[in-house]
Amino acid sequence: MTNAAIIQFNNVTKQYDNDPPVLDDVSFEIERGKFYTLLGPSGCGKTTILRLIAGFIEPSKGEIYFNEKKINDIPANKRQVNTVFQDYALFPHLNVFENVAFGLRIKKLKNAEIERKVKEALSFVNLTGYENREIREMSGGQRQRVAIARAIVNEPEVILLDEPLSALDLKLRTEMQYELRELQRRLGITFIFVTHDQEEALAMSDEIFVINKGKIQQSGTPTDIYDEPINRFVADFIGESNIVNGRMMKDYRVEFVGREFECVDKGFNENEPVEIIIRPEDLEITTLERGKLQVRVDSQLFRGVHYEISCYDKDENEWLVHSTKKATVGDEIGLYFDPEAIHVMRHGETEEEFDRRLETYADVDRHGK
Amino acid sequence: MENKLTRSLYRIPYLLWILLFVIVPILLVLYYSFFDIEGNFSFINYQKFFTPVYLKMTISSFWYAFLITAISLLISYPTAYLLTKTRHKQLWLLLIIVPSWINLLLKAYAFIGIFGTYGAANSFLKMIGIGSRQILFTDFSFVFVSVYIFIPFMILPIFNALDELNPTLLDAASDLGASKWTTFRRIIFPLTIDGVKSGCQVVFIPALSLFMLTRLIAGNRVITLGTSIEQHFLVTQDWGMGSTIAVFLIIIMVLIMLVTGTRKRGV
Repeated sequence: MTNAAIIQFNNVTKQYDNDPPVLDDVSFEIERGKFYTLLGPSGCGKTTILRLIAGFIEPSKGEIYFNEKKINDIPANKRQVNTVFQDYALFPHLNVFENVAFGLRIKKLKNAEIERKVKEALSFVNLTGYENREIREMSGGQRQRVAIARAIVNEPEVILLDEPLSALDLKLRTEMQYELRELQRRLGITFIFVTHDQEEALAMSDEIFVINKGKIQQSGTPTDIYDEPINRFVADFIGESNIVNGRMMKDYRVEFVGREFECVDKGFNENEPVEIIIRPEDLEITTLERGKLQVRVDSQLFRGVHYEISCYDKDENEWLVHSTKKATVGDEIGLYFDPEAIHVMRHGETEEEFDRRLETYADVDRHGK
Repeated sequence: MENKLTRSLYRIPYLLWILLFVIVPILLVLYYSFFDIEGNFSFINYQKFFTPVYLKMTISSFWYAFLITAISLLISYPTAYLLTKTRHKQLWLLLIIVPSWINLLLKAYAFIGIFGTYGAANSFLKMIGIGSRQILFTDFSFVFVSVYIFIPFMILPIFNALDELNPTLLDAASDLGASKWTTFRRIIFPLTIDGVKSGCQVVFIPALSLFMLTRLIAGNRVITLGTSIEQHFLVTQDWGMGSTIAVFLIIIMVLIMLVTGTRKRGV
């Protein structure tokens, strides 16, 4: 265990009655002062992890440690974490000031102290001057800020955020992403952020845990997870992906859609069946002769920043291309990609095996250069 | 055009109702209150109302109505809270509501049987060795039966208020360090106060003018404004005085509604 770990889950399972477990034997560590994101589809167990940390529910099996102390039985009101809820859960009968002051009043701080801290917290979230407003007079974005102020004013060691941006419109959401990230940097406390929005996760996090069906599929930095997804689920969930079945002929040679390509992966068995991912933005439209793949343009959507072009090869595999260049529907075109664009995934590989394999590449790189 | 016509058609039953059963009776009551027992126009009835006899009666009415409301609230709040926590809450609620569908008079007669000298309550007291007691025709039996009758009306609005309470708010309070008791005091109770208010309204106001129970259960030992109105109209035939008391009763009711009026909160 590293010294910096503030929260640790050891083989934690959460199960209701005889239903399949919501969380299945999950272990991980949260380091102090980082921005973590729990990312997954709804019902994957990400909110369950948050509720376990907050203390609203108890694990069925396994241990949860906070600052190296076991906290399985410690009730929520005795834990040094604060939550920003999805629906904000602001108290409708109290005004902005009293909502933020709620935790401080329970700690029985002096009035002057409470006033100073609440003002400071409100200025942190740019709500100075809103102290006497009623909650119903605040817009969605402002309520969001009050909820954040109410959490940070208690100076917790960890702040939990349960899809706090999901109720905001796109523009406000993007704005709040910047603000939250900035806030976390300024406060220097640990943020654990739950979302099903992969763009949000990629934009904000130091570390992402991708969760599905009660298990952590992959954890790592946004670039790690985006560039080297461990399996089909992660690849599909994080960004758009083209996924086809293939075969590793030998080191640095892979075969798919009936052809052999050069790649940068090694350490597989000879002729091992694998899955191949190529990100849509790594595919480049070119002439039929230059293209490594020959495809027919099926449809095209204008996405603002780029065109999303759906193509099919002669085996009816779909290839999604993100390109700033326009294509003509019905045309035969070539698609070019670099060897680095091919990501090879082993079937049923655990995260540890996966990490070990990736490390061997890093060694090669170092020796090579 | 047709829309306008149908809309005014819809209004007819409501307006008729208000006119025939609310406005006209109130005006009639007001009209009668200005005539003495001989049928002469006078303010004598209003003067009489401020004599000790009637003031005492008013205070007594208030006192019993207050007792009935307070005891109903003390029983109903925890009950409603418990109900919202049960698995089949609507069923349990229904079981509490069902007795209120039975005619009040029937229930009163049932209690006469239970509380009578040879009734079930006395048999039980004898069995546990306390011995037979006078239960019927006491303050206790009056308050007991009234509370029994009013409890469903108190539980319902409180239950609804508790049921509407966003459970995340309780998580939030706990998250911010509040104990169970603090959460109740600072969050649950203030947010369900509107339910408590409407519960108190629907109990306190009718309890002010209870008259049948005062005779059947309390044996006329409890005289409320309701009893007095009944006596004036049916026994002494002093319609004027009866109407005057009714006018005061209406004024009191309006005042209570204003005081306990519910303000709707947003969010």
